[in-house]
Amino acid sequence: MEFEPKILGIACNWCTYTGADLAGTTRIQYPHNVRVARVMCSSRINPAFIFRAFQLGADGVLVGGCEPGDCHYSTGNYYARRRLAITRKILEFAGLEPERFRVEWISASDGIKFAEVVKEFTEEIRALGPQTKFKVKKDIET
Amino acid sequence: MSRIGVFVCHCGSNIAKTVRVDDVAEFARDLPDVVMAESYKFMCSTPGQELIQEKIKECNLDRVIVAACSPLMHEKTFRKVLENAGLNQYLLTIVNIREQCSWVIEDMDKATAKAKALVNGAVHRARLLDSLASRFVDVNSEVMIVGGGIAGIQAALELASTGKKVYLVERSPTIGGHMAQFDKTFPTLDCSACILTPKMDAVLQNPNIELMTSCEVTEVKGFVGNFDVTVKQKARYVDHDKCNGCLTCVEKCPAGKGLSEFDEGLGSRKAIYIPFPQSVPQKPVIDRETCIYFKKGKCRLCEKVCEQDAIDFEQEDTYHDVKVGAIIVATGYSLMDTKPLVQYGYGKYPGVYHSLEVERLFNSTGPTEGKVVMRNGEEPGSIAILHCIGSRDINYHEYCSRVCCMYALKFAHLFKEKTSADVYQLYIDMRCFGKGYEEFYNRVLAENVKFVRGKAARVTDVTGSPEEEGKLIVEVEDTLSSQFMRLPVDMVVLAPAMEPRADAVDVARIFNIGVDKDRFFREKHPKLDPLSTTTDGVFLAGTCQGPKDIPDTVAQAIGAAAEALTIVGKKQLELEAATVYVDPYVCCGCQNCVRVCTYSAPSFDIEKKVSVINEVLCKGCGLCAASCPTGAIIARHFTNDQFIGEMEGLMEF
Repeated sequence: MEFEPKILGIACNWCTYTGADLAGTTRIQYPHNVRVARVMCSSRINPAFIFRAFQLGADGVLVGGCEPGDCHYSTGNYYARRRLAITRKILEFAGLEPERFRVEWISASDGIKFAEVVKEFTEEIRALGPQTKFKVKKDIET
Repeated sequence: MSRIGVFVCHCGSNIAKTVRVDDVAEFARDLPDVVMAESYKFMCSTPGQELIQEKIKECNLDRVIVAACSPLMHEKTFRKVLENAGLNQYLLTIVNIREQCSWVIEDMDKATAKAKALVNGAVHRARLLDSLASRFVDVNSEVMIVGGGIAGIQAALELASTGKKVYLVERSPTIGGHMAQFDKTFPTLDCSACILTPKMDAVLQNPNIELMTSCEVTEVKGFVGNFDVTVKQKARYVDHDKCNGCLTCVEKCPAGKGLSEFDEGLGSRKAIYIPFPQSVPQKPVIDRETCIYFKKGKCRLCEKVCEQDAIDFEQEDTYHDVKVGAIIVATGYSLMDTKPLVQYGYGKYPGVYHSLEVERLFNSTGPTEGKVVMRNGEEPGSIAILHCIGSRDINYHEYCSRVCCMYALKFAHLFKEKTSADVYQLYIDMRCFGKGYEEFYNRVLAENVKFVRGKAARVTDVTGSPEEEGKLIVEVEDTLSSQFMRLPVDMVVLAPAMEPRADAVDVARIFNIGVDKDRFFREKHPKLDPLSTTTDGVFLAGTCQGPKDIPDTVAQAIGAAAEALTIVGKKQLELEAATVYVDPYVCCGCQNCVRVCTYSAPSFDIEKKVSVINEVLCKGCGLCAASCPTGAIIARHFTNDQFIGEMEGLMEF
């Protein structure tokens, strides 16, 4: 069977989640592989969430926040941007392909961009194959 | 152990068409802590809501999961259902299996699998949810309306009549918008100015309306009930507090070659000017581009003649903070630029006009004082009106601009009234859908106007016969007789598409609202919530939402005013209870949270050496929670455990 990537999406409530909804209301089709969890702001994302997602078997993690300057909470996405840039470096240092972790700024009016990012990212992850580096095997997980 | 109930909605066929809802319910039944799972056709309907309430009581549920549309759509509806059943509203979890599942995946197996994974995520999260206490915030009772066209004017008058303070922000030096440019309005042929200018004056006279012309909104912060808006007052170089509107400066200004925006460039205006005689306010502004002083460094004649000492060449843009409870966006439309459609020769042949130019030609305050004379000074003997220029055209705009058929009929009627010209209508379909519109169509049909069913292909001055000499030739296929026609005429009138403003996307970003595929502002729901946006407290009125005529615009504006009242008519609004708190036993006193918070919600207790959160100020973004090195800050409703639990569920299958 062909490898179907499992991708975790983490989207901020105000921009990317609304943008993803917009992709839906305009019926733009995109791969089923992404499953989105909602946070109020991308700045809520603790780097530990990203590591945990890979431990849980995510083949890729996509974070979406408001475009720079447009954060609903004024500057949250700037904090997220720095924090997640470092997270990516740590992932790479720990031996994971950094391409498996992507951060995008997608506005509430940009359903098209959301769909395109998901399409592109899914294909990238498909090409990389399953993520095994961080994944905790079920039988040894407590 | 919690007792979870899962409710899967079909949404008619919106979800059920691509997601096997009963499979999802069956799958949910086997998940940990789930005691019941059912599907239903319309979960948001009264029977659907009753079903949830009954099951909460019958099965003694303490958590509810509704797998349906986006939480942005119906989370509030279902929260109320929980409250009615005596359950805390924050024990609800919505699973978005419509916007982010059934509508974006065609394959039924894949959509169903994704829906199951999403439900599993919700179950893992729901088990860890806590009850939260509701909190309330005071509402600012004032409203900002952005755009001073007929939509903004109408909404402002409605709100002001209820005693609410309104800020009416207009980009140009006068209110009135496009409607002020029109001559007559279809189908009643009321004079546009006669019905508009009294309203403009009423705005000026109303003590509850603060008129802000030459202003633009540059930033919107805050939330429904308490918006914090930054308004840029563009430099007018005239102090409007001092100016008494005598307009001597305009009379004396020697720079008279500026093309009048109001007359669509057919007439001229001075460098210091009011856009048109009935402008509101009746106070001039200076246009830097045409002013001799700004260009050459000397003149200042206006300053010399002004007895009020109101001219101020040193004036600069200023920024004002305005606090309001609700915002109505009514920024209007732009007429499509037809120059790129070279086949119609606009800008190349002086005999080709666009519809707003023709409005000004008809108007008695216009450049020709209401006489139909062309750029060459002659009255046209034959006129072709070309419909659907850029509308209903997949190369430009797929949509119908909705007003062109009717104003084309109005033009035909007025041309017949004012000239002895032959008038041709070149149309695809006549769309006369409004009240009294079909009757007006029949009236114009009887006025010896010639109707050719076909879209004009080209306008050219290349003549083929003596009778075409000196004429513009419109090439068109008459699709009723399947004949190719060459119509020689003196004047061609284009009916270009109504377009969103060029900066619509930037404006949408300022207000954090969506745009549709044509860049018009997107309503929350086209039928059930047509005036709201995805940002609570921001409403839409008029053509910024899509092409529409004046009656629809006015009706929508009154509706938007009522929507704004639903916010500012309340003393208090319920706020999300999802704030953060500090566990003082874990806090190390590093004050990271104090440094990062935009709202100054965390502060440092010097005695106890820990941070404390002022929850009135907290907006619940969770930035501090992720910044806390010891994990002492807990973000309610988005705790680490809840989020990681959700991820576990999402990634399990």
